[in-house]
Amino acid sequence: MGKLEFGITMLVSGMGGTLVSLYLLSLMIRLIKVAFPRQVENKPAEAAGTENKK
Amino acid sequence: MIENLLFGFKGLWMGFAAITPQAVIMIIVGAVLIYLGVKKGFEPLLLLPIGFGCILVNIPLTGLMGQDGLLRHFYDFGIATEIFPCLIFVGIGAMTDFTPLLENPRIFLLGAAGQFGIFLTLLLALLLGFQPLEAVAVGIIGACDGPTSIFVTSRYAPHLLGQVSVAAYSYMALVPLIQPPIMRLLTSSRERAIPMRTTKPTVSKTALIIFPLAVTVITCIVAPMGTPLMGMIMLGNLMKESGVVKRLTDASANELTNIVTLLLGLTIGATMDGQAFLTPKTLLVLALGFLAICLDTAAGVMFGKILSWLSKGQVNPLIGAAGISAYPMSARVVQSEGSKYNKRSYLLMPAMAANTSGQIGSVMAAAIMLSVLQVMNLIK
Repeated sequence: MGKLEFGITMLVSGMGGTLVSLYLLSLMIRLIKVAFPRQVENKPAEAAGTENKK
Repeated sequence: MIENLLFGFKGLWMGFAAITPQAVIMIIVGAVLIYLGVKKGFEPLLLLPIGFGCILVNIPLTGLMGQDGLLRHFYDFGIATEIFPCLIFVGIGAMTDFTPLLENPRIFLLGAAGQFGIFLTLLLALLLGFQPLEAVAVGIIGACDGPTSIFVTSRYAPHLLGQVSVAAYSYMALVPLIQPPIMRLLTSSRERAIPMRTTKPTVSKTALIIFPLAVTVITCIVAPMGTPLMGMIMLGNLMKESGVVKRLTDASANELTNIVTLLLGLTIGATMDGQAFLTPKTLLVLALGFLAICLDTAAGVMFGKILSWLSKGQVNPLIGAAGISAYPMSARVVQSEGSKYNKRSYLLMPAMAANTSGQIGSVMAAAIMLSVLQVMNLIK
């Protein structure tokens, strides 16, 4: 394999592989956030409710 | 009696007699690196030990890099085995907060775009006469990541280790000078002023813990050769996010990183022997390394413009410049530039997201390159 051919192979496979991998990781993050959503904290609301009752 | 005295004095004179012009130049180079670190504040944690190691190895007849030399032991233990860069990555993972990236996953692609300079520089290095593995080592300067550069170069082009390391760390320190002109050249003042909205937090603690595990499994299956680096950085991050091993996290982020940084810097400096360093190739390596970082910045900003267009103006293209691995310096540069055009623009968090994605992107780029080289039977 010549140097130019080697370089173009590395450019296409390397850059393409990096883009595809990070795109897959971004999809994975969305999946994780859907599967494990952030729980809204209710403590301040509950404390306010308790104070009102008093 | 007099003969014996003269013989004894000859022993004191031998060092002076063995000094070569290359040694003198390299001692001056070492002093310059120390000056840049101490007086100018350019990556002092690395440039100071590198500069001192360079001075030590160029003093004649010390044998420090000889078969039983002190610095040879450090080199064989930590650099030839690639242990030092991997241990530093544990510390980096323990210090990195991926929350901004998880809040805005589309910014992950900026971390990929920021590695474009690696591959373009590799191609250019080949055209300029470098051998394939040398070109890979030169291109990896564009990763803007010292441990990754050392990991690749020490194994596949060890004769370029000094040049590549000095280039990588020096240019990382110069990011505040290199990036802004490129950012201004490629964007309009209207684009630079685009504000980015802050969003409500959406990332749970569980997601932060699962993230390093998932990244490790996926990326190491895709590019197994990158497992030492990716595994170590994600181990550090998992320890940090789990919150249950604070002692290990603190030790990784502080004591471990500091000790390894000292030994790594000293050993890198020890590879800067005059005969190996003072060649025309060194100048080419330094020039190509500079070009790699410029191309990374340009590609990141251009991709940022594409994201801005696709999002109908919700993304400020400047954050694309933070898609390199110079964390957190590049993010601060983006925030500083953005605030010049819109004082109400707060780009730091999106830029941090791009910066942390650049860390993963740089390791991924190196891992994919090594995996492709393995398939080509160019490396074992």
